[in-house]
Amino acid sequence: MDAMAEFVVGNIVRRVLYIIREEDLSLTTAAMVGLNLSAVSDDEDDADRDDQPVLSATAIATASRNALHPPSLQTLLEDVPDSAAVQHTSSSGRDSEGKSKSADKSSRNRKLKHDVVEAMNELIQDVSTCHEPIVVRVEHIHQKYLFLEVILTFGSSRTVLQFLCVAKERKRSFLVLVAEGAPRYQGHLLAKELVTRGLQTTLITGSAVFAMISRVNMVIVGAYAVLANGGVIAPVGLNMVALAAQKYVVPFVVLAGSHKLCPLYPHNPEVLLNELRCPSELLDFGEFSDCLDFGSGIGASLLNVVNPTFDYVPPKLVSLFITDILWSISALLIQCGDAMHSPVSAITVSH
Amino acid sequence: MDPRRTARTVSDPKVRQVGFFTPPPDHAISDPPRHHDPIQSPSQSSPPVNDRSPSDSSLSPVMIPPPRHHSDALLRTALQATSPTKPFSPSTRTVMIPPENKDLRSPGRKVVYGKSPSSFSGVKASSVPASELTTVSVVNLALGISVEGKILTAEEAGGASVEVQNDRRASSKPLKEKTSKAERRALQEAQRAAKAAAKAEGSKASSSASKVVTSENTKPIKATKPSSQKNDGSQVAASDKKGGDRAPEKDRKKDAPHPRMQYDDTSRVEKAKKRAVVKQTEARNRVELFRHLPQYEHGTQLPDLETKFFELDPMHPALYKVGLQYLSGDIYGGNARCIAMLQAFKEAIKDYSTPPEKTLIRDLTARISSYVSFLIECRPLSISMGNAIKFLKSRIAKLPLALSESEAKTTLMLDIDRFINEKIILADKVIVEHAVTKISDGDVLLTYGASSAVEMILLHAHELGKEFRVVVVDSHPKLEGQLLLRRLVRKGLSCTYTHVNAVSYIMHEVTRVFLGASSVLSNGTVYSRVGTACVAMVAHAFRVPVLVCCEAYKFHERVQLDSICSNELGNPDAISKVHGREEINYLDGLVNCENLQLLNLIYDATPSDYVSMVITDYGMVPPTSVPVIVREYRREHLWS
Repeated sequence: MDAMAEFVVGNIVRRVLYIIREEDLSLTTAAMVGLNLSAVSDDEDDADRDDQPVLSATAIATASRNALHPPSLQTLLEDVPDSAAVQHTSSSGRDSEGKSKSADKSSRNRKLKHDVVEAMNELIQDVSTCHEPIVVRVEHIHQKYLFLEVILTFGSSRTVLQFLCVAKERKRSFLVLVAEGAPRYQGHLLAKELVTRGLQTTLITGSAVFAMISRVNMVIVGAYAVLANGGVIAPVGLNMVALAAQKYVVPFVVLAGSHKLCPLYPHNPEVLLNELRCPSELLDFGEFSDCLDFGSGIGASLLNVVNPTFDYVPPKLVSLFITDILWSISALLIQCGDAMHSPVSAITVSH
Repeated sequence: MDPRRTARTVSDPKVRQVGFFTPPPDHAISDPPRHHDPIQSPSQSSPPVNDRSPSDSSLSPVMIPPPRHHSDALLRTALQATSPTKPFSPSTRTVMIPPENKDLRSPGRKVVYGKSPSSFSGVKASSVPASELTTVSVVNLALGISVEGKILTAEEAGGASVEVQNDRRASSKPLKEKTSKAERRALQEAQRAAKAAAKAEGSKASSSASKVVTSENTKPIKATKPSSQKNDGSQVAASDKKGGDRAPEKDRKKDAPHPRMQYDDTSRVEKAKKRAVVKQTEARNRVELFRHLPQYEHGTQLPDLETKFFELDPMHPALYKVGLQYLSGDIYGGNARCIAMLQAFKEAIKDYSTPPEKTLIRDLTARISSYVSFLIECRPLSISMGNAIKFLKSRIAKLPLALSESEAKTTLMLDIDRFINEKIILADKVIVEHAVTKISDGDVLLTYGASSAVEMILLHAHELGKEFRVVVVDSHPKLEGQLLLRRLVRKGLSCTYTHVNAVSYIMHEVTRVFLGASSVLSNGTVYSRVGTACVAMVAHAFRVPVLVCCEAYKFHERVQLDSICSNELGNPDAISKVHGREEINYLDGLVNCENLQLLNLIYDATPSDYVSMVITDYGMVPPTSVPVIVREYRREHLWS
C-alpha cells in the first residue's frame, strides 16, 4: 500500500517503459522504410518484384504484431534479432541483405539505447520545468472591478507558488487566502514564501474555509496525482474545500504537471489510495496516558487516532485542469493520460 | 413584535404549556409587606461598620483593599456572620480547584481550569439517571472562588438563597426600624418629588449612558433602556429593542434588532474608547474584510486589569473576576459563560444598594449596563449571554415600584436562579432525553469541538447501555475536542479522534452527526464554532443526518447570511504558533510584516439546508421552526 501512494514514481516508470517501446518501434519503422526503399531500387530485377508486396506485407504484419504484443525490454535492448529481420532473411534469402541486416542489428541496439537515453533526458527536463507552461496560463487571474481578486489556496504546492508569482509579475493584483493544512501546516510555508515575495497573504485555519469561501473568486490548488477518471488525489482537506467551492460556485482549478497523470482508477480511493500518518501529529505520545491504560488490552482499543495524508476529489468538483501539455476539463484529460501510458492508442501506424 | 397578541394569561388549550409558564412568584408571600419602606439610604448605616471592613476583607490577609461602599461592607459582614457552611459540591471533580482560594492576585493564571471537568450544578434532584451533567467549563469553580467565599451555586439556590435573604433581611431590619413610619412616608414623598423633578434629566442621563452602552454593544439585544422608562409611561427613546412588555404602536417598528456597532466607524469607536474600562490596543495587520469587528492585541489587557483590581469602584469584584476569566479563556462555551455571568450579577445585585435620590429600577439597570459594557471589553458577548441580559433587564423593569429594596433584590436573585434552572439545566436534561432516542446500537456518531449538550447526550446514552462509537473532530487552534475526548475516554466510550481536514475521510463510516450551537438564528442558520459549517457540509454531501442540539434560550431573532457580517475575531498569534509542536515555526519573525495577515475566526454560520433537525427543550424541530419558537414562546415564558 505504501507503493501505491507514490503515484508520480509509478508514472515516471511507466513513461520510461513507454519511451523505450516507442523508440524501438520508431527504429523498426525506419528500418522498414529503408528496406522498402532498397527493395524498390532493385525493381529492375523481375525476380524480386513478386517478393516486394510479400515483403512489405510481412514486414507490416510484423510491425503491427509488435504493436499488439510489444516485445519485452530484454528483447529489445539486448540480443534477440528482430523478427522482421528473421522473416526477411528467410523469405528473400538474399545474402547480402542478410549480412547487412545482422550487421545492422548490433548497431541498431546501440542506436536504440542512445535514443532511449536521449528521450529520458528530455523527460527529466520536462518534469523539472513543468511549471513553465502552466504558469503561462495566468490569464485566469484578473483584477476585478474595484476589488481585489481573492484566491484561495490550500497547503503548499510549488506549482501554485510559481503560478502566483508570475501573476504578480504580470501586474495582476490579487489577495491570497492560504488555508493552513493541519496537521502538517504546509500552509505556513506557502504563506511565508508568498509574503517574502511581496504578495498580500492572509492565513486562515482549515476550519474557516467555509466561512470565507463566499468571498473568494477562485480556488487554485496543486495535486499529488490526477487519476484516470479525472479525479484528484490531493492533500487531506481538499475535498472539503472542493465541496464548499461547488456550493458557492467558485471555480476550482487544479495545477498539475503531466507527470502526475496516472492510469489508475479510483476504486474506494479513501482507503486504497491513501496513507495514514503518525498519530502523534495530532495527539502527542503519552498525552492521554492519564485516562487510558495502555497496559491492559482494553485501554488501547478505546482511542483510535486517524491521520490520513490524502483526500480524493471527484472529477465533477474540478472546474479546470492546467497541465504543461494542455489545459482541459477532466474528460479530455483522460484521453491524454491514456496517450502517455499505453502504447496502443497512441500509435498511428505510419502508412 | 405583533401587538395584536394579548398576554396569554389564560392557558390556551391549543398551545402546549411546557412547564415554563410559572405562577406569580411565591417569594412575595414570604416577605413581610413593606410597602412603605423608603428606599434605604446608605448614609444612615452606622459608621462603626466602616472600620470593620478592612479587617473583614475576605481576600488574602496580605491584600487589604481600600474600603468599599458602606452598604457593601455591611452586607458582607452580615453574610460572614452567617456563612453558609455547606461545603463545595462534592460532585465537582475538584482536582483543579487550587487551595489558593485567597490568591486573587492572579486570576489570569488559572489557565488549567478551563480544562478540568466539572459538573453542572443543580443536578441532585434530577430524575434523569445521568448522575452528573457535565459542562466544559468551570462553573462551580467560578462560584467557589467567589470573592467573599459565599457559595451560592445554582443547586443550593433554593436553600441558600432563602437563607441568605433571611440573613440580609435580618441585618437590614435594624436599619429600617430606626426610621419611624412618618419619617418614612415623608422620605418617600420627598423621593417621589425628587424623582419627578429628576425624571427629565435623570432619564436623559441614563438614556445617554445606556445609549452609549448600546452603541458599544456588538449585540443589539441588550438595549432595553426604554423598557425601564416605559414603566413610567412615556419615553420614546432611541431606536432600541425593548424588553418585551406591551409595546405602544409606535415602538413596534423598533422591535427590529438594533444594528450592532460597526467598528469601522471611527467616531463611535472613539466614544467607546473613552468610556472603556479596559485599555485595548488595536491589533496591527487587521484583515480588511473584518474591519467592522473589534480586534485588539491579546495579552495586553490582562496585566493591566490585574493591577486595577482594587481601583475600580463602580465595578463589582465578582464581575471583574468573571471578565478576567473570559479574557484569559478560562471560561468558554455558551452555557458556562452565561451561567458565570448570571451568578456574578446575582452577587452584584445582592451587594447593591440604591444611591439616594435614585430609583432602584433605573439605577440598577444603568449599573447592569455598565457591567455589561465591561464584559464586552473583555470578550464580546455570546448570544446566550445577550438573551440572559435582556431577560434580566426586563425583570428589573417589571419590578413593582412598591417593593422595598431588599424584596426587589430577592426577587431578582430568585428570578436569575429560576432562569438558570429552567432555561439551562432543565433544558439540557430535556434535550438529552430527546436526543438519546435518536441513538441506536451500532451507530457511529460524529461530533465537532466540545459542546456541553452533546457531551451530556453521549454520556447519558452510554450509561443507558447503548453500543456506539464516537468520532471526535477537532481543529486548530483551540483544540477543544481534546477536552471532550478526555472526558469520553475516561468514561469508557470508544472514540476516534481526527482533525477537521480529514472529515471527508472519516465521513463515509459515520451514521449521525451531533453538533452543538452557540445560537440558532431566525432563518435557521446555526451560529456556532468555526468549522461546524465544514463538518455539516461534508455530512450533507455524504447524506448523513445532522442534528443540532441547542437550548431554546439561545435562539435569536436576527438573521445572518454568512459568517462575515457578524463574528468574533480571536487572537491571531494563536494561528502562527502551533501549540505543542514547536517545529512549526515558519512564521517566526514574519508576524509584523505588513503583507501577512492572520485571521482567527471564532464563529461561523451553517446554512439551514445542511441541518436535518434541531433538538431543543421544546422538542425536536426542523430548523425552520426556530422563528416560531422565538415568537410564540419567548414572549410569554421568558419575559413574563
